[in-house]
Amino acid sequence: MSHSRTDAVLVGTLRACALLTGTLVLFIVLFLLVESAPALRQVGVARFVSDTAWRPSGGAERGQFNLLPMIVATTLATAGALVLATPLGIGSAVFAHFYAPRGLGRLFGKIIELLAGIPSVVYGLWGLVVLAPLVARWQPPGTSLLSAILVLTIMITPTIALVAGATFDNLPRSYLQAAAALGLSRWRTVGGVILPAARSGLFTAVLLGSGRAIGETMAVLMVAGNVVQTPHSLFQPVRTLTANIALEMAYAMGDHRAALFVSGLVLMAMIALLVGIAEVLSKGRLYG
Amino acid sequence: MSLRMLFSQSMLWSVVAVFSLACCSCSRSPDAARSQLVLTGSSTVAPLAAEIGKRFEKLHPGVRVDVQTGGSSRGIADARRELADIGMASRDLKPDENDLLSFTIARDGICVIVHQENPIPSLTDQQIIAIYTGDIENWKDVGGPDAEITVVNKAEGRSTLELFLHYFKMDNADIQADVVIGDNEQGIKTVAGNVNAIGYVSIGAAEYDAAHGVGIKLLPLGGVAASIENVRSGEFPLARPLNLVMKSEPQGLAKEFIEFARSRDVHDIVEEQYFVPLAD
Repeated sequence: MSHSRTDAVLVGTLRACALLTGTLVLFIVLFLLVESAPALRQVGVARFVSDTAWRPSGGAERGQFNLLPMIVATTLATAGALVLATPLGIGSAVFAHFYAPRGLGRLFGKIIELLAGIPSVVYGLWGLVVLAPLVARWQPPGTSLLSAILVLTIMITPTIALVAGATFDNLPRSYLQAAAALGLSRWRTVGGVILPAARSGLFTAVLLGSGRAIGETMAVLMVAGNVVQTPHSLFQPVRTLTANIALEMAYAMGDHRAALFVSGLVLMAMIALLVGIAEVLSKGRLYG
Repeated sequence: MSLRMLFSQSMLWSVVAVFSLACCSCSRSPDAARSQLVLTGSSTVAPLAAEIGKRFEKLHPGVRVDVQTGGSSRGIADARRELADIGMASRDLKPDENDLLSFTIARDGICVIVHQENPIPSLTDQQIIAIYTGDIENWKDVGGPDAEITVVNKAEGRSTLELFLHYFKMDNADIQADVVIGDNEQGIKTVAGNVNAIGYVSIGAAEYDAAHGVGIKLLPLGGVAASIENVRSGEFPLARPLNLVMKSEPQGLAKEFIEFARSRDVHDIVEEQYFVPLAD
């Protein structure tokens, strides 16, 4: 076999891989649209935001299909987790890279990697048997928006810390050397040179974290309480869109099933929106 | 051959293999259709029937057992019109359905559970209804400590919810839940983690966990203790049979399947799904 032929095979394979990955997204969206079509047709788009409650098992005529409380819950849980996890993740990465002694920094890195690799259902179980009862002792019923935010925070902090750490690793050494030559203090170096230079990477870290938070299912399902309502406090139970699908899909039929696919469609739209926002923001300042 | 070539070739072959596999699974030999059993009906019986079907297929090579859900009413209707070989129903036959034959393969019972430190010995049906509809919100109103009750309900579509609502003649829209859960294990862990919670789960799961040190208490209902034994004997009120339904006396493959589904060989499958197997 000649060298060029091997190359041709490899290029062909890689093209197939790329095509497969690209079309997968299209297929998933198409599939969601086809499966949710009966609900969109018979229930109508408007009722998914104007009905008074979520009681889908009654079918298109008698059921109620309001998804708004779940969209609000998903947004709040994700936003809450981001507010807590962003400073925590970036802060710990800064510590491990620029403040901790070399050995400790490395050990810390390994621990973060381990945390990032723990399956979400384990976090969920921990949340269910440890976290929720703790919150319940303070403010019953314990399974609540707050518990969901806390579990999500613990889950996405390592993601943010890892990506932030990788960004710091990739910064040119000359930046640090120049800062040292100027006699800047460590904090001036981090705050004035490192963080601004790394902002696109940090932004990616937060984006990845928020993607994971929006899509997380099992852990949230176990600690959020899953009552469909717009929360008025952190201690009220909520249901996210992902939990809604996981809870009801196993036994759903007909319009109920199709309505769950609408939940999936909304979730997809939320993530597309997130990516869109990131694109717009990054074009303006971050990667320029 | 260089390593790189080997790598690219093996990659190519694996892609080919995946595609050919995908093609194989969609075209089936026409012979298989001849020895096929179609079961339709109750979504409660369906997962159990599907598992029993898988084992039946293993014992009878060439036989396919196809299980479709659609509710007990569909199971009855399909069995009557012989659209399906066997119908599935998660209830007894009604008087106007006596033209059909039913074969119980297991029983399903659910019980009310509270935290093991909860001092309440039992609740009446009226008290349970009042707690679930929000008329009673504090344990002191039913003779317990002064603490708010955490009501644990099941997610819409679950058969446990259906049986619970049916028995207490409630509508899901009236229930004021604090926590909505999916499967039995989640319900048991939620109640075990909250001193003031009340919930309901399959008896099989609750009895197993309570016996293995999980902090829950099974409340009796109508004076009958919640136990697998009392579900099997038919004494426990919040229970129902899981039936296979046929229009005429089963013959051939259907007869074999029903006998298999009622035999000792499937008791482990029945228990795995938290149902109660028949006595021998």
